[in-house]
Order: sequence, then structure tokens, then C-alpha cells
Amino acid sequence: MAKVLMKGNEAFGEGAIRAGCRFYFGYPITPQSELAHFLAKRMPEVGGTFLQAESELASINMVYGAAGAGARVMTSSSGPGISLMQEGISFIACAELPCVIVNIMRGGPGLGNIAPVQSDYFQATRGGGHGDYRLIVLAPSSVQEIIDLIREAFDLAEKYLNPVLMLGDGLLGQMMEPVELNEVKEVSLPPRPWATSGRMGGPKRIINTLIIVPEELEKHNLKLNQKYKRIEVKEQRWENYQTEDAQLVLVAFGTAARVCKGVVDYCREQRLAVGLIRPITLWPFPVKAFDYLLSLATVRYFLSVEMSTGQMIEDIRLAVNGRRPVYFYGRFGGMLPVLTDVVKEVKKLLLEEEC
Amino acid sequence: MFKSVLLAGFGGQGILSAGQLLAYAGTLASKHVTWVPSYGAEMRGGTANCGVTISSRPISSPIVSEPGTLVAMNRPSLEKFEQSVVSNGLIVVNSSLVNCKVARKDVQAMYIPANKLAEELGNNKVAVNIVLGALIFLTQIVSLDLAIESLGKVFPPHNQKLIILNQRALKIGAQFFDHLAKEKAG
Repeated sequence: MAKVLMKGNEAFGEGAIRAGCRFYFGYPITPQSELAHFLAKRMPEVGGTFLQAESELASINMVYGAAGAGARVMTSSSGPGISLMQEGISFIACAELPCVIVNIMRGGPGLGNIAPVQSDYFQATRGGGHGDYRLIVLAPSSVQEIIDLIREAFDLAEKYLNPVLMLGDGLLGQMMEPVELNEVKEVSLPPRPWATSGRMGGPKRIINTLIIVPEELEKHNLKLNQKYKRIEVKEQRWENYQTEDAQLVLVAFGTAARVCKGVVDYCREQRLAVGLIRPITLWPFPVKAFDYLLSLATVRYFLSVEMSTGQMIEDIRLAVNGRRPVYFYGRFGGMLPVLTDVVKEVKKLLLEEEC
Repeated sequence: MFKSVLLAGFGGQGILSAGQLLAYAGTLASKHVTWVPSYGAEMRGGTANCGVTISSRPISSPIVSEPGTLVAMNRPSLEKFEQSVVSNGLIVVNSSLVNCKVARKDVQAMYIPANKLAEELGNNKVAVNIVLGALIFLTQIVSLDLAIESLGKVFPPHNQKLIILNQRALKIGAQFFDHLAKEKAG
């Protein structure tokens, strides 16, 4: 099928429609507004519901309601709006309902700016809201991958009855790339025994997150925790790029990973043994990728390249667990890592030590 | 093959659409393509620019910080981006609105009175596609035919009038330096 040129933000919208999502609630914020613009036009074409809510708080609670009724539902925002949604996300996680949330990150803290950053990593991977919960976090690095992953996001959300967050930076949302769209197939949703769509003679279906008796909440916490453990074992996703013989392994996701692929290619031309691990799931963090590489014993260093002051590096250090040194290089505030600067860091580690 | 272009001008000149046209043509040529707009706090009448990369290999960074080719549709754009062009790169200047010359000696500078040519065509707004036609002729980044084919993607396909007008703009631009060279030779 011929490729079409599509903006990242639009790809989230088209991908969601093709994944059978028929409800979207959101509130505009740069740099993700094109997602809402796109769905405002596209949702009615497929008989879906697009609604611009009065706030992010309203959006996420509409998502909560639609998910509870058994819909495939999505919302999107950027950092400041995602912060406002955290209460609702915590409720949805506790109620074990499926939904997809897209965060196209912008510079922070505060209102910050609208330039591309990755500084919502902690917010995304540590739950974000109150209480003991996790989100499955997917981090595409191209417009094609947005299309491919969002389908998976809905499937994972329903498989584990858990919110899934898709994390991208402003650049990914704003850029256009050619994408291949598969044929639109009718998506048949799996049975939804949790949905408050009528008991049909079965047990009462009640969605509730107030679990006032400590013994009962502890049981619920344990149940959630066991689910998160299952996800950690089964759902780690990552891409290895030239890692087999690498002495220095870069670790980067999203746009930073694209820059790092260029770094790897450049270094390989200069016969420097550099590779890249690109986490695709940020939670669960792809610990297995590190365990495998460390079993090869060629790797000497890890270098985390992030568009933040250093957040993912904590997960890398936990994964490496002291077995190798882990270094950091970052740009922030909306600045992007530049290929030649990262190469300098690589050479500092690989060459200077030998002199 | 790896070519990066930065198109810059003021808001309303059609900079972003012209970049998209190039990106669509690259897509039709089955190349790897990225198109990135400046999406800062821009406003009508302010500056606008976009970066387009067309490559036979996957594109690592989509940001065009050191363009191989710069299109300067107005003077502030030339002043802002002249220094960022790679050595031996190309700067195409809209000489209708830029009343100064490219200072750098290590790049090729080409001047085309795009607004004047557009007015002769009857519509000032197509100036950017006249420059795009010239750029395609000078760099061979995509074929002119694919650019023409892509017009239907950027403009509403039912608006044939607009498409034909821009088709003519692309062709006039593509012929401009060719004619100039022939005049000199002749």
C-alpha cells in the first residue's frame, strides 16, 4: 500500500481510530492540539464521539466514565494537562479500567515552553498520581511507530485492565513522516465483563475506588501488585541497535534515540564499537535487554542520553545494578542533543581512558 | 542520497505548505522523509520556517540545524539562517524581498525575483512555489513531475484552479535559472 505523509499528532488519532477507539475526550494544549483537531473531524466519520471538555479534569473523568461503560476510549494532552489529570488516572488504575492516554511532552516545570523535552519520564513511569499504581508506558520514536504502537496500547490496556500512557516529545508530535497504513479492519472488542452495561442476570457490576477497610485495600493492593509483576515479566519491549559487539552502549528513547542511532552510525564508521538500547516500554523498563548484554561481557559502559537532566538513568542504574558504570548526557529546556556533542561524550569514554 | 532544506520566510508566505509539497514529492519517490515546522510562539506576520530532509537511508535527527540548502523568502530569514548553511551549500534568495546579497563566499547563492514573477502570473501568493521550482532544478532533490503530482496533496484536490496556478509557478521557477544560463551562453 502506498505511503502517506502524516504528522505525529495525526498518527495518534488515525491509529486510535484504526484500533477501534470510538470515544475521545480532551482539552487543547500545544504541542499536541493537532491530535484533537484531527479527531474532531475524523471521529464523526466513523460514528464515534469527539468531545472537547471544559478542562483536563473533566476529560479524564469522561474517560473514566466511558471506560467503565466498556468503550475503547482515549485522551491526550501535554505535561501541564497530564498533571491535572493525575487524580483521575489514579482512580482509573484503582478501578482497573482500560484506556489510552497520550502525553506529548513540552518543556517544564511549570508552564515551561512548548519545545520538545522528555522530562515527564518520572511522572509517566512512577505512576504520576497518588497511591500505589503503575501505568504501562510506550515510547514511539517515529510516526510509523506511533501507528503501530497505539493499536498495541489499546490491546495492552484491555489485556491487563490498566491505563496505558503513550509518551512522545513535541517534535514527534509536530513532525511529518511517510507512514504505511494497513487496511481498516473491523475491530471486534473482546468481552467486557467489567463494564457497567447491565448485569445480564450475573453478579452486580460496581465500579468503586473507595476501599475503606484496610484489610480489603491491602488485598486490592496485592492484586494490583501481582498484575504489575506479570506485566514486568511479559511486556518489556526494546530495540537493540548494533549492540552485539558494543563496548559502549547508549540508552535513549523517542527523539533522543533517533539522534543516538545517527551517533552509532557515525561512530561505527570510525570503528568505535558503539551500540544503542532503545526502550520502547519505559514501564516496564526493559531490564532483560541489560541482563542479556551484560552476559556478553563486551560492554564496558552505558551512556544515558536524555532530553532531561537525567531521569531514565535511574532505571538504567537499577537494571545494571552496579555491574558497569552508567554515565549521562542530556539537553533540556527544549534543546535537542546534537550528534557531534554526543560523539564527543562517546569518545571521552572510549578513547581518553586508553591514552 | 541525503539532502536537507530549510525554508524560511514570514507567516503567510506558504512556507510550511511548500515544505510539505517537497516532503510529499520525496514520499512519492519512496525516500525517507521528515518535515519539521518551527512551532514556537509564532504568529501571523511573524517568521515561519520548516526543515525538510529527504534521504535514501533512515533519518536520525529530523531537525535541520545545518541545512544543505536554505530558501530565504525574506531578509530576516537570510540574516537569521545564512550562517547555519553547510560549507559548499546553496542559498536561494527571493530577491524581490531581499535587497542584500549573501555575504558568505563558501556557499552558492542564487537570486530569483519570486514575487515579481508571481505577480506576472497573476497571484503574489505562489512566489514560494516559484522558488521551490528553482530549488528543485538546482538541487534535483526530487523530480519536478513528482512535485507537480504532490500539489493535489497539499491543496484541496477539487480546487483545480489553484493546482494549475501552482503547477505553472513550479515550472516557471524550474526554468528560471535554466533560461538565465542559456541567455548567458547565447
